[in-house]
Amino acid sequence: MLHVDISEVRETNAMIEKENLDVRTITLGIGLFDCISDDLDRLCDRIYDKITGMAGNLVATGDAIGREFGIPIVNKRISITPIALIGASACRSSEDFVRIAKTLDKAAAAVGVNFLGGYSALVEEGMTAADELLIRSIPEALSTTGVICSSVCVGSTKAGIDMDAVRLMGEVIRKTAEATKEQDSLGCAKLVVFCNAPDDNPFMAGAFHGVTMGDAVINVGVSGPGVVRTAIASVRGESFEVLSETIKRTAFQVTRVGQLVASEAAKRLGIPFGIVDLSLAPTPAVGDSVADILTEMGLTEAGAPGTTAALALLNDQVKKGGLMASSSVGGLSGAFIPVSEDQGMIDAARSGALCIEKLEAMTSVCSVGLDMIAIPGDTSAATISGIIADEMAIGMINGKTTAARLIPVIGKGVGDEAKFGGLLGRAPVMRVSTAGCDDFIKRTGRIPRPVHSFKN
Amino acid sequence: MNKVIITVVGKDTVGIIAKICTYLADHRMNILDISQTIVQGYFNMMMIVDMQSVEKPFSEIADDLEELGKGIGVVVKCQREEIFDSMHRISGGF
Repeated sequence: MLHVDISEVRETNAMIEKENLDVRTITLGIGLFDCISDDLDRLCDRIYDKITGMAGNLVATGDAIGREFGIPIVNKRISITPIALIGASACRSSEDFVRIAKTLDKAAAAVGVNFLGGYSALVEEGMTAADELLIRSIPEALSTTGVICSSVCVGSTKAGIDMDAVRLMGEVIRKTAEATKEQDSLGCAKLVVFCNAPDDNPFMAGAFHGVTMGDAVINVGVSGPGVVRTAIASVRGESFEVLSETIKRTAFQVTRVGQLVASEAAKRLGIPFGIVDLSLAPTPAVGDSVADILTEMGLTEAGAPGTTAALALLNDQVKKGGLMASSSVGGLSGAFIPVSEDQGMIDAARSGALCIEKLEAMTSVCSVGLDMIAIPGDTSAATISGIIADEMAIGMINGKTTAARLIPVIGKGVGDEAKFGGLLGRAPVMRVSTAGCDDFIKRTGRIPRPVHSFKN
Repeated sequence: MNKVIITVVGKDTVGIIAKICTYLADHRMNILDISQTIVQGYFNMMMIVDMQSVEKPFSEIADDLEELGKGIGVVVKCQREEIFDSMHRISGGF
């Protein structure tokens, strides 16, 4: 049946050519449990061989699929089993873990992916000796490798928050910033602290291959803020119901592209399809902005009163449209609000309309969290831990993923700009409250798991 | 059946369809449908073709058509049908 219509072809191609519709990432998840050894050399060799063996065709396959459908597939990436688990029996020191990081970096370069995530530890119930060694190795690992991304999950709705890990992460973030200060503390852009970290997230820097998953899986992250903005521009002044329907319909279309690419990639690589992540992921390109969607809804700037409500509506409708478009949805699936990667957010932060406290409120209704936020280089480790603890608490109590990717830009203060380059963009350094939380952060132990009844 | 959508957009001129169709015939691509409109003064054509009997790899066909388009001042894109089907049909593409 010849049912493709010329107007539909024009609409799809306008989305791709003018509104930055793309598939943001095909991420190959690789399990590394079968690489475990108590000998570090053997472990590194096995990891290198497994990654290069499984991901050898990933980039070429992604490019070929993009060519055939006429849609850019921007990134090809790898996520792996959290390395704190894989290195636990071989690593006696943080330096040992750094050797694994360098091996991963070499393997990533050999297969041509632009990021590899999973230099990670899951410590919501407490840190093992290996977890702590890995966490302490992060500053050196991120400053001596190119494409390795690290994440640490410090809390969950089920387990509560490991405040010892939160305190340690404040220090590790500062050290990572110091170790990469020549590049505006870029190392911190590759380091995420999570509450309720998803096992199947294809997006960096927080991607890792969950411990309960199979040996390999293909996860795909779509994008399309520009497409949503253009769609809702056609219903300016209409009711919330019309606005919601428009977002839902557009999210369906965007997600279908992701599903198509994911099934095709899974088939060609002979690896099971995992999930499509519905997230609206902005880039620094003009028009590819979640903030622009909010202003199109009727706000003068992101951060204005009404922003949290607008974002809640957007996030929910994206999910509703996307869920029906894919056979399996997962990952983070919502609207990302990374400040440095979104021109509208950058403008709003610079004008003062958007502050960290407002961003924190926004994270309670959308996916991810305080993402790619540049803060003054002299922010103390305790204050960083305090901001992380707040963000983790939102995730823990609300049963959702939250994350913090904070960049204390060494040598820079409020009003200066940090430049990270490429997809990571640039960010104005934002003001952080000077009120102290040292004595709170100094306490040891955990914030106990929250009650699951009496919800209010 | 291996259906591919070829779109041609550009300034209208003599012989666009002829040149594209000659290439398709030379490479054993069967045209199933053609529609054409002028949008804001620009020539817009869409063809649905069957690439079942084509021997050349898809990427080379797409590159050839792109080059051919450049020679006559139009943009030619070649995409598998599933992307349009999946975006515009509840049941499409899979």
